[in-house]
Amino acid sequence: MEKNISMNNLKKLFFSMYRIRLVEEEIAKRYSEQEMRCPVHLSIGQESTAVGVSYCLKKSDKVYSSHRSHAHYLAKNGNLKSMISEIYGKSTGCIGGRGGSMHLSDLSVNFMASIPIIGSSIPLAVGNALSEKIKKKKNISVSFFGDAAIEEGILHECMNFASIKNLKVLFVCENNQYSIFTHLNERQPKKRNIEKIASAHSIASKTIDASDVTQIVNGTQEALKYIKKNSAPFFLVLDTYRWKEHCGPMNDDHLNYRDKSENDKWIKKKCAIKSLDNILIKKSKYWPSEKIKIEKQIKKEIIIAFNFALKSKLPSSKDSWRHVYA
Amino acid sequence: MPKKKILTTFAEAINQAMITEAKLDPTIIFIAQGLTDPTGVFGTLKNLEKNIPKNRLIEMPTSENGALGIAIGAAISGMKPIVSFHRMEFALLALEQIINNAAKTSFLSEGKLKVPLVIRLIIGRGWGQGANHSQSLETIFSHIPGLKVIAPTFPGDAKGMFLSAIRDNNPVIVIEHRWCHYLKDNIIPSNYSEPLIGAKIVKKGNHFTVLCVSYMVIEALIAAKYLEEIGIFIEIIDLRVLRPLKLDKVFKSINKTKHLMTVDLGWTLFGVGSEILAQVFCRDAIHLKKPPIRIGMADKPTPSSRGSIKSHYPSSEKIIIEIGKSLNIDLLKIKKVLKLLKKNSSPIDVPNNSFKGPF
Ligand SMILES: Cc1ncc(C[n+]2csc(CCOP(=O)(O)OP(=O)(O)O)c2C)c(N)n1
Ligand SMILES: [Mg+2]
Repeated sequence: MEKNISMNNLKKLFFSMYRIRLVEEEIAKRYSEQEMRCPVHLSIGQESTAVGVSYCLKKSDKVYSSHRSHAHYLAKNGNLKSMISEIYGKSTGCIGGRGGSMHLSDLSVNFMASIPIIGSSIPLAVGNALSEKIKKKKNISVSFFGDAAIEEGILHECMNFASIKNLKVLFVCENNQYSIFTHLNERQPKKRNIEKIASAHSIASKTIDASDVTQIVNGTQEALKYIKKNSAPFFLVLDTYRWKEHCGPMNDDHLNYRDKSENDKWIKKKCAIKSLDNILIKKSKYWPSEKIKIEKQIKKEIIIAFNFALKSKLPSSKDSWRHVYA
Repeated sequence: MPKKKILTTFAEAINQAMITEAKLDPTIIFIAQGLTDPTGVFGTLKNLEKNIPKNRLIEMPTSENGALGIAIGAAISGMKPIVSFHRMEFALLALEQIINNAAKTSFLSEGKLKVPLVIRLIIGRGWGQGANHSQSLETIFSHIPGLKVIAPTFPGDAKGMFLSAIRDNNPVIVIEHRWCHYLKDNIIPSNYSEPLIGAKIVKKGNHFTVLCVSYMVIEALIAAKYLEEIGIFIEIIDLRVLRPLKLDKVFKSINKTKHLMTVDLGWTLFGVGSEILAQVFCRDAIHLKKPPIRIGMADKPTPSSRGSIKSHYPSSEKIIIEIGKSLNIDLLKIKKVLKLLKKNSSPIDVPNNSFKGPF
């Protein structure tokens, strides 16, 4: 799987996923200090989806996300200090504290918007693709959403539109099987393959097990090739798993809404970070010591970012009067 | 014989209303996302599984417009659905069905079909929820003929009015402010219904009529306490029912006080206050001593940061300041009570000091 990815790039993928993991863990650790005063939907366990996809994107490709956007933001090279500050509600946040965790956006890296209403940002990505087409630009529009968005009419309207108008949209469904506490089987037909929805709209698709980031990279590269060659959308389904509670810093396994065996499988056997770590260990005897260095570097960056956020000022009450209109 | 009253929260009160009524009436069905979650729509749907047969508990996929339309279809053919939304904003996806079908079915069938449907919309506030999770859009629904819209504040009203809403043959929108869920009161445990007819005087006073929607009643009650210290007694009216809108109690009150303030939950432009003031103005023989005061949410989307949320929501502080200005009260006196108020208040972004997030 990892054959066509260089050692250097494998390390980059590891770095990117591990960085997101450590950032999210730090948020979880510090959340009880009551200084991050907004709901947080952590991406722990789902790092590979964001990293695998964004690894293949150009800076000019535009990304739209949902309520669970930390990993998408960081993987698209969003600034860590700006993200942490935004979660702390500080004026140095990526949108000056006016959005908090659920509204991350950073136009300098074409991370356009995160909208915490299910399905709400999908048409924005498709609209972006329409605009790129009219302007004869080659950029790809990426729409990240969860498995619950499949149930919203708007996704189907958007797929239909993107299909008939030949738009360069990469739809990315992160299927972690749950919408808050409710399993997919209680919300969607058990036997239906999500991919089939794409083919019903004449959209090419692929399902990938997100425990292997290299597969996501290969799958995304294939998808992008297809999109460019055919001027048509592509639909990726990435099977993944959220480790923590839906919203907030805690584990919620004591509530027993998820099978213990399922939990164990994903956390103990299918962690994408650990899988790549194992590959790297096999490939290079220097890796363990390199990994320690990487970890140190990331932790240092994280401390700097949190200190920056803590020291930053809250926006004034006047600030939110700005930009109500363009 | 009246039963002994029991201390009950708003959330528990509507939970009781729903469960006792649904046990008696097998046509009541429940529709929501995460209906049987451990948290069950902020505790309001607790114990549903224990009390109501499974076939009447309908887990709703994340398909708001479809699900709401399906509820209307079921209501037309004999069910009484109670649809709960965790946030008012999620029901925006269902506006089409609510406005085009729920509100028109009786009219377009010459009264042969009816839609006995309860739609619960929860307004979020605080903990940085921001622009898409804390809007007060009650006037959108209040604008529509064919809908009823209620916004109880206190547990007793919530329970009584909720029962009336379930028994009503029309679609009733129940506006629940998330911070009202925590309010506690001693209420009678048995089921009593409170007719959906208009406002209620929550506190009597002679100097100023303050008309509030939902949680704003609480802000006004706090303001009243401090205003009393400087000899101002306000009359607080809880509007409770936005549609049909009956204002007799309001007219009567302003005849007495000759001063009026309206406190909207949401934005003031085209808000509840706008309608009340229009009706007051259009009625003859009402002479206010001073121009009426209309306050509500600042005219901008809600920011997430606690820094910029200051003065975004209408508050007891704002009520005190505006009433003080209108009555020409000595500024020093007002400043003194504001200082006291500030000393006694909890952080701006939580409903009470025990709230620790994350939602
Ligand atoms: C239109 C709408 N309905 C309901 C919600 C409440 N809600 C917030 S997150 C969520 C679960 C979404 O699940 P999924 O899309 O699978 O993403 P995940 O949380 O699993 O990453 C729901 C139902 C919402 N935000 N918007
Ligand atoms: Mg999911």
